[in-house]
Amino acid sequence: MNTICGWKVLYLHLQWCVCSIVRLSLLEIRVVLLLHSFVFGLCPGPTQKMNLFQSVTSALDNTLASDPTAVIFGEDVAFGGVFRCTVGLRDKYGKDRVFNTPLCEQGIVGFGIGLAVAGATAIAEIQFADYIFPAFDQIVNEAAKYRYRSGNLFDCGNLTIRAPWGCVGHGALYHSQSPEAFFAHCPGIKIVIPRSPVQAKGLLLSCIIDKNPCIFFEPKILYRAAVEQVPMESYQIPLSQAEVLQEGSDITLLAWGTQVHVMREVAAMAQEKLGVSCEVIDLRTIQPWDIETVCKSVVKTGRLLVSHEAPVTGGFAAEISSTVQEECFLNLEAPITRVCGYDTPFPHIFEPFYIPDKWKCFDAVKRMINY
Amino acid sequence: MSSFTWDYCAKSACARSKCVFIGVKCILRTIVTGLYGFHVKFCTIHSWAARSSLADWSLLGVRLLRRPRPLPPCARALSPPLQQQPFDSLAEKPQFPGASAEFVDHLEFIQPNVISGIPVYRVMDRQGQIINPSEDPQLPKEMVLNFYQKMTLLNTMDRILYESQRQGRISFYMTNYGEEGTHVGSAAALDPEDLVFGQYREAGVLMFRGFPLDLFMAQCYANVDDLGKGRQMPVHYGSKDLNFVTISSPLATQIPQAAGAAYAIKRENTNRVVICYFGEGAASEGDAHAGFNFAATLECPLIFFCRNNGYAISTPTDEQYRGDGIAARGPGYGMLSIRVDGNDVFAVYNATKEARRRAIAENQPFLIEAMTYRIGHHSTSDDSSAYRSVDEVNYWDKQDHPISRLRHYMTARGWWGEEEERAWRKQSRKLVMEAFERAEKRQKPHPDLLFSDVYLEMPPSLEKQKESMWRHLQQYREHYPLDHYEK
Repeated sequence: MNTICGWKVLYLHLQWCVCSIVRLSLLEIRVVLLLHSFVFGLCPGPTQKMNLFQSVTSALDNTLASDPTAVIFGEDVAFGGVFRCTVGLRDKYGKDRVFNTPLCEQGIVGFGIGLAVAGATAIAEIQFADYIFPAFDQIVNEAAKYRYRSGNLFDCGNLTIRAPWGCVGHGALYHSQSPEAFFAHCPGIKIVIPRSPVQAKGLLLSCIIDKNPCIFFEPKILYRAAVEQVPMESYQIPLSQAEVLQEGSDITLLAWGTQVHVMREVAAMAQEKLGVSCEVIDLRTIQPWDIETVCKSVVKTGRLLVSHEAPVTGGFAAEISSTVQEECFLNLEAPITRVCGYDTPFPHIFEPFYIPDKWKCFDAVKRMINY
Repeated sequence: MSSFTWDYCAKSACARSKCVFIGVKCILRTIVTGLYGFHVKFCTIHSWAARSSLADWSLLGVRLLRRPRPLPPCARALSPPLQQQPFDSLAEKPQFPGASAEFVDHLEFIQPNVISGIPVYRVMDRQGQIINPSEDPQLPKEMVLNFYQKMTLLNTMDRILYESQRQGRISFYMTNYGEEGTHVGSAAALDPEDLVFGQYREAGVLMFRGFPLDLFMAQCYANVDDLGKGRQMPVHYGSKDLNFVTISSPLATQIPQAAGAAYAIKRENTNRVVICYFGEGAASEGDAHAGFNFAATLECPLIFFCRNNGYAISTPTDEQYRGDGIAARGPGYGMLSIRVDGNDVFAVYNATKEARRRAIAENQPFLIEAMTYRIGHHSTSDDSSAYRSVDEVNYWDKQDHPISRLRHYMTARGWWGEEEERAWRKQSRKLVMEAFERAEKRQKPHPDLLFSDVYLEMPPSLEKQKESMWRHLQQYREHYPLDHYEK
């Protein structure tokens, strides 16, 4: 890794941490985003300070520049998007490539499938993941099955669907959902969730290039809050590969998206208060997921804690737990624990009690260590 | 208006000076809040006015200043849609961005016209006579004979495959009886490169384009020659070479997809159109509304072709919609629409040909509602005598059938006669039976094909599942029909 790149990032990381604590202190600070400066390889080319929505814009900019068939569409993307992910792209690439659609998610995804089938690179934006459900039929019955049912005559691999995802502090029922579990049950699509700007750009570019329909969920709370030095050129982070952020020997902490940062904090707390060595893993791709990395870790540590904001019943932690206990049963020192949202709709004023915060996760670690 | 101002004004004795004072305050407030408005990001006229409470001041401002308010720069920068006129509050025309219309001062609801709805365009009468000679496309004899042969070949294949389902040779079938005209008329008006999105009752389009009988059979039998690798129920055809997107069972899902494909094709600038077929029942789905709206708004070169055949399984049209069919919905989306006699091959041909020409030239969608009648059952799982009379079916079969109307046209010109009819019936039956017998003997595809094409590359977890299936089959093979499948 480029040392200069690393020091710069570390410095920015410290700066940012202070700023974010002050800025978020009025809200219950749930997330202190610990940015690690680990970039998968050498920083390819020059970097620029970007937050998560800017890293998304950068990925889209790279795509529109290199792929003349690429188009971006959805509600309000023309003026820049409600989360500013498409700012400047319409002016730069033209109104036939970055355009608003009518307010209709089933239309947006259906239209995107058609574009992809005809050979264009289609990047559809759903304004909030909470509103993806009208498009459920098009995603599950059509996009996911296009290649299989046609015997590989047709496919919509050129389709990528982006949607803001996860809790944001005040989003309540319809601006906070994490619906990845609904789609994980559907073979044929890929689901990817980044934890930071560098990850977001690399993973989004991988999704766009991948020849399968992909859903890319962007943690909306990190849009502004997460800032990193992000390479300006195009680069890819492989899909279906989990990342071990921190090695440990006593327990594996597995999460994705925003929750990865919570896990990092929990790891630090566990080390300090309990002397417990935690291995932290970011799953990154929910489907198809990296079973090998997770099981290898659990074989080593003997304990697994999985955490996500989505309700616990039928959440993706359930699938992970089931598979890991099948593969690593004799290695387990404690039952696999899930620290997730309760089985309620996502509440407004009760969010601080609902979310799987660091205290709930820390307590789970304590129980598992003492099992 | 703030209470402060009113109280202050109330204290001053002179009414005129009160007005002037209010006026001055008004102007100052307008300037200050206007300046504030200029700095607000992403503002619109409405939010700018609301945020600055100018709505409260506006009436006063207009009365005192008697000048229309200028647009703040931020609102101008958002460039309103092209059809909107510049704001002019003194004009007696509605200024709403949502519609371009005049005012009306009496209350009257618009009556939907279903008694005398959109007229049905036709070229031939029910006896195959041309009504208006200028509308006769005057197609060459070979082309018309080809129409006839494709329609009858489809009819023959339908009979044989329907029977084969009844005999347990294939699992399921859907016939196209009575709708052959809609398929062949529209397919003939297209170029081979035009992309087709179908629903499930458009086999004639594929047949017209040259899909061989062997491949129709292969798909229905799900045998080793099936291009779809045996994964779908019968009649879910698809062909990359013939630009016919593989059929899927969910209704109307193809409609917004067709709009997207048309948009991509528009950007390619290749003189192609997309055609999207669906029934009048599928037109009730949300996806239909989505597809129409997207195609019109995004200016897609697309033909929406609705086969209104009177029934969606057992549901007649008066339980499907209350308006004037599907054609009447087109104008609601800003789409050019027409209703045609679907049993008149030439009417379908003419309408599709013109729609194609204009869709490409003008980059806009067209809606063709082809009125027809579903003579057969919905599928082999349906017995339509449960919900309609035999007399009704017989009328359409005997009095208004696309095949017989075209035959009358041909015989009137001496292009076809009893002998040709006999010979062709024999030959078409022979062709179908031979393909049928070949298909019967073929094996089913290799069971590995159960696992491939879920993703482009097979994920490790699926590899493991495939291995576990084979381990299981090794142990319990006698309980599985492995002999019928390719080794």
